[in-house]
Amino acid sequence: MTAFLSLPEAIAQYVHDGDTVALEGFTHLISFAAGHEIIRQKKSNLTLVRMTPDLIYDQLIGMGCARKLIFSWGGNPGVGSLHRLRDAVEHSWPRPLELEEHSHAAMAHAYAAGAAGLPCAIFRGYAGSDLVGKHSNIRFIECPFTGERLAAVPAIRPDVGIIHAQRADRKGNILIEGIVGVQKEVVLAATLAVVTVEEITDELHAPSPNAVVLPYWTVSAVVLAPEGARPSYAHGYYGRDNAFYTAWDTIARDRESFLSWMREHVLGDRK
Amino acid sequence: MASEPVATTTYTAAEMMIIAASRSLRNDDICFVGIGAPSAACNLARLTHAPDITLIYESGTIGTKPDILPLSIGDPELCETAITTVSVPEMFQYWLQGGRISVGFLGGAQIDRFSNINSTVIGDYAHPTVRLPGAGGAPEIASCCQQIYVIMRQNRRSFVPQVDFITSFGHGTGGDARQRLGLRTAGPSLIVTDLCLMRPDSESKELIVVAIHPGVTREQIMEATGWPIRFADHVEQTPPPTDGELTILRELQTRTAQAHSDEKRDHS
Repeated sequence: MTAFLSLPEAIAQYVHDGDTVALEGFTHLISFAAGHEIIRQKKSNLTLVRMTPDLIYDQLIGMGCARKLIFSWGGNPGVGSLHRLRDAVEHSWPRPLELEEHSHAAMAHAYAAGAAGLPCAIFRGYAGSDLVGKHSNIRFIECPFTGERLAAVPAIRPDVGIIHAQRADRKGNILIEGIVGVQKEVVLAATLAVVTVEEITDELHAPSPNAVVLPYWTVSAVVLAPEGARPSYAHGYYGRDNAFYTAWDTIARDRESFLSWMREHVLGDRK
Repeated sequence: MASEPVATTTYTAAEMMIIAASRSLRNDDICFVGIGAPSAACNLARLTHAPDITLIYESGTIGTKPDILPLSIGDPELCETAITTVSVPEMFQYWLQGGRISVGFLGGAQIDRFSNINSTVIGDYAHPTVRLPGAGGAPEIASCCQQIYVIMRQNRRSFVPQVDFITSFGHGTGGDARQRLGLRTAGPSLIVTDLCLMRPDSESKELIVVAIHPGVTREQIMEATGWPIRFADHVEQTPPPTDGELTILRELQTRTAQAHSDEKRDHS
C-alpha cells in the first residue's frame, strides 16, 4: 500500500545519509518542498542526481548536503550561473563536490534504462566530446549486428526518486501533466519513490486514456504539498516565479547572503 | 526581400544578428531551439517569412508557437502552445537521435576556428577557472541534427583559436574529422554574429567570413576574432533589417519584457 505521509515523515523515512537521491524535474514539477525538508533534516553525504540542477540544488549543495553530483546542465535557466555550485566546484565550499558529468541524451537514456531494469543505456552520443574520459561511466560499444560504434552509460537507479506532480487520488495513483520531463522514469527507476502533489482527490480524473499516470503500486509515499514546486511551477496550478530566479543570482552570489537567506526562509520556516 | 523597405529607424547589432539568423531559416525547417538568440530568431522567422516552421524545445515541446520568448525551456507557454509535449527520453530518442531535426542551434562561452563549442569549463577541467553550466543537450544536438547554426556575439574572449574544452564537436581539427568519427550530419554550417556571417570552408572546414553586416569593417571583425580569420573570395554585405523585420522583432521583445516583468537580460 502507498503511504500517505507528511513531508517531514516522508523525508525522515525515505532519505538517508549517503543515499543516491534523484530529486527531478526537467525545469518543471521540481519538488522544492522536498529539497528544503532534506536541508532542514540535515541529510548529508548524498549523491544527488538531476539533469538540470537549478536553485534547489544550489541550495542543497550550498548547505553541504551533497558529496557528489550527477548532472548534465547546472545553471540558473535564463539568468546565469549557479553560484553555490560553482563555489563548491571552484573552491570546495562548503565541502568538495565530486562531479559525474553527462549530456542530457545520456541521462535521459540512463533513466529510461533504469526504469526498464536494464544495466545500461545505449545511444548514439558523445561523439568527439571531451566529456569522454572524465570518469569511467561513459564507454563505447559496437552494435553486435551492424558494428556501429555507440555510447553506453550505466542505468540510473537511485536509492530514492523524488518528484512533484499535479495530483494523486486516494489510492496513490499519480497524474503528471505538462512538461513531463523524466518524472515517470525517475519513479520507475528508483528503489523508493516519494511523490509530492498539489492535491489529493477522490478520483484521479486523468484527461485522456493516454495521460501520464503512475499506478499507486509504483510509488512508496505520497505527500500532500500544495505549492511544493514554488518558485518553479506546476502546470495548471501556478506559474514560474521568474523574478525570484533572477533575484537568486544576487542572493546566492555571496556566501553570507546565501546562508542568511537560507536561515530565514528555509531553516526557520516550518511548512 | 529586395522590394521591402530598409528600416528607417536605427537598429542595434544584436537586432541585426537575430534578423540575419532568422532569414537563414526556411518554412519547412524543423528546428531544435535554445533559449536566448535562437528563440528570438526562430520565433521571428515564424512570425515573418516562415509561418509553418516547426519549433522544438528539448523540454519536450513540439510545434510550439509562443507569443513571448521563454525565459527557460520549461516555461509553461511552450507547453500550452505546442501541438504535443513528449517526455524528455522520447525527445532525445525519437526526435533528436531519430534524425528528424533539420537545424539545431548551439551556443556557448567559446567557439573555435573549426566551430567546436565549449560550455563546460574555462581552464582545466579538474580545477577550472570558471565552471560553466555544462553540456546539456549540446553534444547530441551537434551530432544528430542535420546541420547546426550558431548565434553568438563576437569578441576575442569567445572566438578562440582552440576551445579549452570540446563540449560539442563541430569540425574537430578540420577536414574530414566528422566523417572519421562516423558522423553523417553536416555539423555547424552557419555562424551568425553581431558583426558578420561565417561558414566553414568546404575543404578545410575552417570558419571564413562570407557576409559582413552594414557599418562593420573587416578590421573590426579581425579585432574580434582570436585567430587570423579569413574572408571568402567574394564577401557579401548582409542586407540591413527591413521595417517589417524590426517592427515584429521589437514587438516580440516588448511583449516578452512585459510578460516577464523583469529587467531584460542579454544572454547571447
